[in-house]
Amino acid sequence: MQISRDDLLTSYRKMCTIRAFEERIHKEFATGQIPGFVHLYAGEEASAVGVCMQLNGIDYIGSTHRGHGHSIAKGCDPLAMMQEIYGRRGGLGKGKGGSMHIADISKGMLGANGIVGGGPPLACGAALSAKVRQTGGVAVAFFGDGAFNQGTTLESMNFASVYKLPVYFVLEDNGYAESTASSWSIGGHHPVRRAEGFGIPGERIDGHDFFAVYRAAKGAVERMRAGEGPQFIHIEFTRYYGHFEGDAMTYRPPGEVQEERKYLDCLKFFRGRVASSGLLETSELDAIDQDVAKLIDQAVAEARAAPPPAAEDLTTDVYSAY
Amino acid sequence: MSRKSFRQALNEAMRQEMERDPTVIALGEDIAGGMGAKGAQDAWGDVLGASKGLLPEFGRGRIYDTPISESAFIGAAAGAAVTGLRPIAQLMFVDFFGVCGDQIINQMAKFRYMFGGKATTPVVIRTLFGAGVRAASQHSQCLYPIFTHVPGLKVVIPSSPYEAKGLMIQSIRDDDPVIFFEHKAMYDDQEEVPDEPYAIPLGQARVVREGADVTVVAIGRMVQFASQAAAALDKDGIRCTILDPRTTSPLDTNAILRSVERTGRLVVVDEASPRCGMAADISALVADKAFRSLRAPIRMVTPPHTPVPFAAELEDLYIPGPARIQATVTEVVKYN
Repeated sequence: MQISRDDLLTSYRKMCTIRAFEERIHKEFATGQIPGFVHLYAGEEASAVGVCMQLNGIDYIGSTHRGHGHSIAKGCDPLAMMQEIYGRRGGLGKGKGGSMHIADISKGMLGANGIVGGGPPLACGAALSAKVRQTGGVAVAFFGDGAFNQGTTLESMNFASVYKLPVYFVLEDNGYAESTASSWSIGGHHPVRRAEGFGIPGERIDGHDFFAVYRAAKGAVERMRAGEGPQFIHIEFTRYYGHFEGDAMTYRPPGEVQEERKYLDCLKFFRGRVASSGLLETSELDAIDQDVAKLIDQAVAEARAAPPPAAEDLTTDVYSAY
Repeated sequence: MSRKSFRQALNEAMRQEMERDPTVIALGEDIAGGMGAKGAQDAWGDVLGASKGLLPEFGRGRIYDTPISESAFIGAAAGAAVTGLRPIAQLMFVDFFGVCGDQIINQMAKFRYMFGGKATTPVVIRTLFGAGVRAASQHSQCLYPIFTHVPGLKVVIPSSPYEAKGLMIQSIRDDDPVIFFEHKAMYDDQEEVPDEPYAIPLGQARVVREGADVTVVAIGRMVQFASQAAAALDKDGIRCTILDPRTTSPLDTNAILRSVERTGRLVVVDEASPRCGMAADISALVADKAFRSLRAPIRMVTPPHTPVPFAAELEDLYIPGPARIQATVTEVVKYN
C-alpha cells in the first residue's frame, strides 16, 4: 500500500496536533481555567486520523464524549475548538456546547456526544441522507467499547445492514468504559463476530499502528463507496489519561499507563516506520512538531484572552423561529 | 374543498409536501408495510393508514419501512435532517418514546443550541396518542408535556382534520424538530378540508368560539368536548370562549392572557396526566401574569393521576368528558 508523501505529512501533522492539544488541555485543566468535564484522546490518535484520512467534504462522522481527536481529524479548526473548550463566544458552538458538544456540520463533523451510544443512529441518518441525495458520501460512527453494549449502537448496526447504508462502525476500544474493563463488559469477547452477526464484515486492528488503521479504513471506505454496505473495525489501543480529567485511574494497575506510554505510542511508531523506510526525513517531522507547538500555544493564549458569551446569547440559537 | 377524515387530511399534507420538496422522506415501522414480505406492498400505510398510498407514488427511495428499532430510525431521522433532508419519522405510539428518548431529547432538540446556531434539524416525528380506544396503559398516554418541557422541540396537537392538514404542512416546512401528536380516537372525524396545500403557523392559538363569561383552554380532542359543553352551557346563558392553543411549544401565551383579561375566568381542559401537565402550566401562567383579572379560582379538568385503564367503564370515567367540563365551568361562573 502506497501512501503519498503529502498524505503522510498531513497524517503526522494531525496526529501530532491531537496529541499536543490533549497534553496541553491536561496541563491547563489542572490550573482550574477550563470548566466542566473534558475527556482526552491522547494515545488514540492513529484511529481518528487513519480513518478520517479516507474521508472528504461529502462525508460525515459522528463522534463521542472523547471527541477532540475526531474533530481535529475531520478538519475542525483547533483554535475555535480551544475557545469552545474554554467556553468562549468565539468557540465553534459560541461557548454553548463545550468539550462534549464540539461540532462543525460544514466540515462533516456531526458532533462530539455527551451520551454513550448517541452517535451511531445519527451516522445512519447521514448515510441515508447521502444515499437519498445521491452525493456518494459515507458516514463514520466512532464509538467506544462502552457504547458497543448500548442498544442504539446495535440497533444502528442492524438498521445500516438491512438498508446497506454506507456506515463505517468504528469501535474504539481503549480497554475501559469509564472504569470498567472492556475485556469483561463485551459479552462474547469477540466484537468482529458480533458485527458479522449483523452481516457487517469487520476486522481487529492494533490502534497504535497508524498504517494498519489506514489500510483497513481505506479498504472499508472503498467498499462502502462501491455500494457494499456498512463495515466494521475493532481498533484496540490505550488511553493515556483517565476517563475524564480528574480520574485517578485507581482501577488500572500501578505503572500501567507509564509502561504503555513507553511501548504503545502511535506517534513513536509512525516516526520509526517512516524514518527506517526513508519515506520522510526526521527533520520534516521535527518541523511539524514545532509548528504544532506554536499552534497550540496560540490556541491557548487566544482562548484565555477571548471574551465569554454575552448575556443575550443565553436565549438565542434555540429555535430557528419561535 | 371536500369532506375529509383526519387520516385523509394527514395523508394529503404529506403527499403534497413530498411532491413539492424532494428532500422530504418518510420512515418508520410499517409506514408502507409488507417490506421484505411476499404478500402485498403498502399493506398498512402505517398502523392507522395515514401514509397509505405514499409508497406507490414515491417509491422505496423515499418511503422507508424500518425494523422495530426506534432509537435507530428516530436517530437516523435526526442525522438525516441535520445533513440536508426533511424526514417525517413515525413513532407509532408516543408511549414508545421511552425506547428512543435520548435521540429526541438529548440529540435533535439540542443540536442548534449546542452547535452555536450552526445546525438546523428539520424533522417531524408523527406519533399517535390519547385514550378512548381501549388500548390500555402502554398505548393511550398524552405525553406532550414531556416534550413541551424540552427546549428546542416544537409540539403540535391538531384538534380537527382541517387543523391536522395545515399544521402538518407547516411542521414539515419548519426548520426545527417538531413532535406532531395525532389523537387516535379522532382518525375518522370528518370535516371540510381544502384540497390545495395551506400552512397554519405554529404558535398561534385558534379561537374556536367567543363568549364573555369564561375562557376554556382545551387541547387536542378536548376541544371537541369543550365545544359540546359550551353548546349545552349556552342554554343556561353561560357564554364560553374556547381557545385551542394548537401547539404547546411555542405556546401562544398572549392569546390566553388577553382572553382571561376579558372574561376573568379560566378553565383548562387537558387529557394529559395532571402533575406537571399543560393544565398546570397554563394555570400557572395565568396566575402569574393575569391574577388581577381573575374573578374566580382557576379550575383544571384532567384525568386522575393514574395510568390509563383498560376496561371501558374505567376508561370512560378516566377521560375528561363534556359533562365534567360543563359542571366545572358552571361552578367557576357561579363563584362569588
